Amino acid sequence: MSKGKILGAVLIAGAFAAGSYWGGLNSAAVITSSSGGASFSGGYDASKDAELGADTVVIEEMKGEVRVVNDGESIMAAVKAANPGDTIQVMPGTYHETVYVDKENISIVGVIKEGARATMDGKGVLNDAVLYSGNNFLIENMKITGYKGNGIMGQAGNNFIIRNNLIVDTGVYGIFPQLGKNGIVDHNIISGIEDAAIYVGMSDNIQVSYNDVFESVAGIEIENSRHAIVESNYVHNNTGGILAFVTPGLPIKTTYDVIIRNNFVVDNNHKNFAIPGSTVGMIPAGSGIVIWAGDDVIVEGNIITNNKTAGILIAGHNDFGKGSNDPESEPNSDRTMILDNFMMNNGHDTIDEVKALLLTELKTGNADIINAGSGVDSCIINRHRYVTAGINGWKECDFTNTKDIKTYLLDKPVPPRVIDKSESGKIAYLGVCTGCHTYTDRMIGPPVNIIQALYMDNPEGIAEYIAKPTKKREDYPEMPPQDYLDEETRLAVAKYMLSRKN
Amino acid sequence: MIIFNPTRLALLFSFVVFTLSFNVNAEPDLTHNSDSAFKLKQTCPASFELMENGTCELRNMYQFYNSVQGRGLGGTQTSLPKHRDGFTPAQIDLGRYLFFDPALSKDNSISCASCHQPDKGFSDDLDRSIGITGEKVGRSAPTLWNVAFLDKFFWDARADTLEEQAVGPLFDAKEMGNSPEHLLKTLNAIPQYLAMFNVAFPNSDEITITNITKSLAAFQSTLISLNSRYDRYAHGYHEALNENEIKGLNIFRSFVARCAECHQPPLFTNNQVAVIGTPEAEGLPFDIGAEKTFNNKKNRGGFKVPTLRNIAKTAPYMHSGAMKDLREATEFYNKGRGHAIPEGEDLLIHWHIWEPDLQDKELDLIVEFLQTLTDESLTPQLPKRLPSGLPVIDADYAMQQAKHNIQQKQQKQQSIHTESGDEDE
Repeated sequence: MSKGKILGAVLIAGAFAAGSYWGGLNSAAVITSSSGGASFSGGYDASKDAELGADTVVIEEMKGEVRVVNDGESIMAAVKAANPGDTIQVMPGTYHETVYVDKENISIVGVIKEGARATMDGKGVLNDAVLYSGNNFLIENMKITGYKGNGIMGQAGNNFIIRNNLIVDTGVYGIFPQLGKNGIVDHNIISGIEDAAIYVGMSDNIQVSYNDVFESVAGIEIENSRHAIVESNYVHNNTGGILAFVTPGLPIKTTYDVIIRNNFVVDNNHKNFAIPGSTVGMIPAGSGIVIWAGDDVIVEGNIITNNKTAGILIAGHNDFGKGSNDPESEPNSDRTMILDNFMMNNGHDTIDEVKALLLTELKTGNADIINAGSGVDSCIINRHRYVTAGINGWKECDFTNTKDIKTYLLDKPVPPRVIDKSESGKIAYLGVCTGCHTYTDRMIGPPVNIIQALYMDNPEGIAEYIAKPTKKREDYPEMPPQDYLDEETRLAVAKYMLSRKN
Repeated sequence: MIIFNPTRLALLFSFVVFTLSFNVNAEPDLTHNSDSAFKLKQTCPASFELMENGTCELRNMYQFYNSVQGRGLGGTQTSLPKHRDGFTPAQIDLGRYLFFDPALSKDNSISCASCHQPDKGFSDDLDRSIGITGEKVGRSAPTLWNVAFLDKFFWDARADTLEEQAVGPLFDAKEMGNSPEHLLKTLNAIPQYLAMFNVAFPNSDEITITNITKSLAAFQSTLISLNSRYDRYAHGYHEALNENEIKGLNIFRSFVARCAECHQPPLFTNNQVAVIGTPEAEGLPFDIGAEKTFNNKKNRGGFKVPTLRNIAKTAPYMHSGAMKDLREATEFYNKGRGHAIPEGEDLLIHWHIWEPDLQDKELDLIVEFLQTLTDESLTPQLPKRLPSGLPVIDADYAMQQAKHNIQQKQQKQQSIHTESGDEDE
C-alpha cells in the first residue's frame, strides 16, 4: 500500500472513527456461547452438484497387481508397465527421477521399514518429482527432496489422495493438485518451499487436514477453488499461514465455501523468500490467515498465536498487493465469517498499513483481525475478544459452528463422463476416422465404402486391424495405430463404420 | 461490377494468361463463370455430425472426459470448453467460398486467406501481415485453428465472437480496406452469391453483413485440430510420442518451465490475457495491447495467450513476430522475467513468468514436443474457383501456385527422361 493510500485511508476512516468508537466499542460485549447454538447451514450441497449428474455410475473398485520397486530400480518403469488398478510399492532407497502418471487408478505406496522411506531426490537438477493427470491417483509414504519445481503436482486428476508424505526443500510447491475435483491432502509434513507448501489450485471438493507445514513462504493456500476444508493442520513459521485467495488472471475465477477450522496457526514470522513476481511475494511476514478476494470463508476454532503482522488479514485485490488486471475476477472478500478462535499475541511487530488501519479506530493494540477490504455481508461472534480494525460494520453471525458440515468431499468418486455406449463408436468415427476417410472419395485413407465391401460382416476384423495396422496399399500412407481406443470402442467404431450409408 | 485496382488487374491478367498458356491447371475459364452454378455442400465437414434439424455438431474424443467447472483445462484427459457449432452445411460451405474470395476486400486484391493461409497453419510467414495498402499491419496474423473454442479474439482480446472479429479486418483501412456499403454492393452484384446466400439463409432475401460474418464464423469454427500425435498420447496410446517428446512434455508441464500453466492442454491455451513483456520489432513503438481493450493500465503490454496447436506451422512468433522460430520463442521465457521490457515501461508481468533456468538441452526438448501438436488432417479444401471469378486466396498466391505446378510438371518430365535414359543404356 502506498503512503498516499494509507493517508487516504486514515482520513476517510477518521471521519467515522469517532462515531463507531462511541457507538460500538464501549457498549457491553455480546458474548455468544459457541458450545450450543445453530450450526452453519449455508455452503454447498453435493447432492445438487450439476456437474455430477443424477445417474452417475460409481467407479468400480479396481484391484490390480502389486508391482514392487526395489532400491536401484525405476519407479517410472513400474508406472509404464502398470495397468489401471495397479499398486506400485516403492521399497526404501533413493530414486533420482521424475515420475509422471498419465493413467487412471494408479497407487504409489512408499514402504517404510524401520523408519527408512522410499526417497525421491531431484539433486537440485530435476524439475518435478511426481506429475499425475489420471483420476483416482493415490500417493503415500514417500519422501521427496531436492527438486526444482514441485514435489507432487496434479493436473486435472479427480479423486486423488496425497497422504503421509515427507516433502522438504523442494522448489515451488510441495503438494500442488490443480484443476481436480474431490481430493484429500492429509498427514503430510512439508517444509522449505519457495511458494506454498500445500497449494490447492483451481479445484473443487477438497480436504486438507492433519498436515504439518513450516518454514515455507505460504503454509496452505486455497486458490481459485471451492468447497474446501482446511482443518487440524499445524501451520508454523511460514511467512503466511493459511491463505484463501482469488488470484487474478487465471481461467477459473472464484474461491468460495472454504472452512478453515481447528488449525494451529502459530509463529508464522518467517522472512518472505518468494520468487520475484509471485503472488505470495507480497505477503508480510507474520500473517496468520489471509483472505484475499475469497468469498464465504469461515474461520473457526483455530489457535492463532504470535503472528507478528496480524492473526487474520482480510483484503481485496484493490486494497492489498499490486491489484488485478482481470476484469472477470471479482476483487472483494465477501461474506467472511469469523467464529470463535483462540487468538493471542498477534500483530506485536506489525506493518505500517496495519498500524494505520488501527489508528483510524483509535486503537494501538496488537492486531488480531484486520479487514482492509470492502467486501460485504461479513459476520463475527464474540468480537470483544480480539483487537480488530475494519470490522465495525460486520454483523453478528447467526450461527456459531460448522458441525453440520463434516466434509466437502463427495459421497461417491467423480465418475469419468458417462458416454452412452452406442455413442462411443460414432464419436470416435467422427472425431478421428473422418480426418482421413470419407464415404466415397479418396482422402488420406481409402474410402469407407471400399472398407465396407472388404469387411462386410466382419467388424471384428476392422477392430483388430486398427489396433495394429500394417501397410496394405502401396499408394496410401500407413495408418497410425488406434490402440489408444479401448477394445470396446474399437469394435463400436468398426460397427459404426460398417453401418454408414453416406 | 467488380472494380479492379490496375496493378492487381494486371497481375490477375498475367496470371490467367500464364495458367491458360501452360494449361497446367484445370481451372475453368473465368469468363464463363456466370454460367456455372455453385452448389453448396449438403454434408457436414469431417468430425461434424449432421443433426436432424439440419445443423452440424462437432464430435471429438475429448467428449469422453470431464473438467473442473466445465472450463476444459488442465490435464491430458480433460473435456474441452464450450464451442461454436450448430451451423448448417450450406452456411459452412458459403463461408468457405467467402473466406477464400478476394472480392471481400476493397479492391479485390486480398482475401481472409491471404493472411490466414491453410498451408501456413492458417497464418502467414510474416512478422506482421501485409494488408491492402502493401504496408505491414499492426500485429502478426494469429492461427485460426480451433477458434471454435475461443471467447476472445484479436491479440488484444477486443472481440468476443468470431462475427465481431470478422468485421475488424474487413473494414480496417490497412487490412482489407472495405466498407459495409461497398462489400454489400460487390457481393450483390454477383448472381452466384445471391443464389448461395439464398440457400444458406433461406429466411433472408438479401445479403447482409450479419449473414456474411455468420458464414465466415461457420466456416472458421470447422477448423478443428485435435488429432495430433500428442492427442493419441493423451487418449492413452503412450507410444505415440517418443522418449524425447515425452521428456519435452514433462518439461513443458513442469512447474519449472510452467508453459502449461497458460498454454493448458487440451487446447494449449487458457483463453486469458497475459502480460509477458515480449519485445517489438526494432524501430516500432511499444504496443500497449490489452490496456486499450480494458482501459486498465495493469493490462499494458498484455496479449491473448495463443493456442500452441499447429504452432510448428506458424513462425514467426508473438504479437510482433519478433521471434523467428520455436527455439527462440522458448528461449524468451528462459531469459528471465521482464528482460525485454523497454526502459521506462512499468509492466505487471504475469506471475508465471520467472527465471526457470532450463538447460539448453531442455529447451530443445520442449521444441521437439511442440512438433507433436501438429495435426492438419481436417484442413478444408480450397475452392477450385470462386463466384467472383477471382483467383482463390489472391492473385499473388495463384501465381505462386501456378509456378509451383509448372516446376512440379517439369521435374516430373525430367525424371521421366532420366528414367527412360536409364532404360536406353
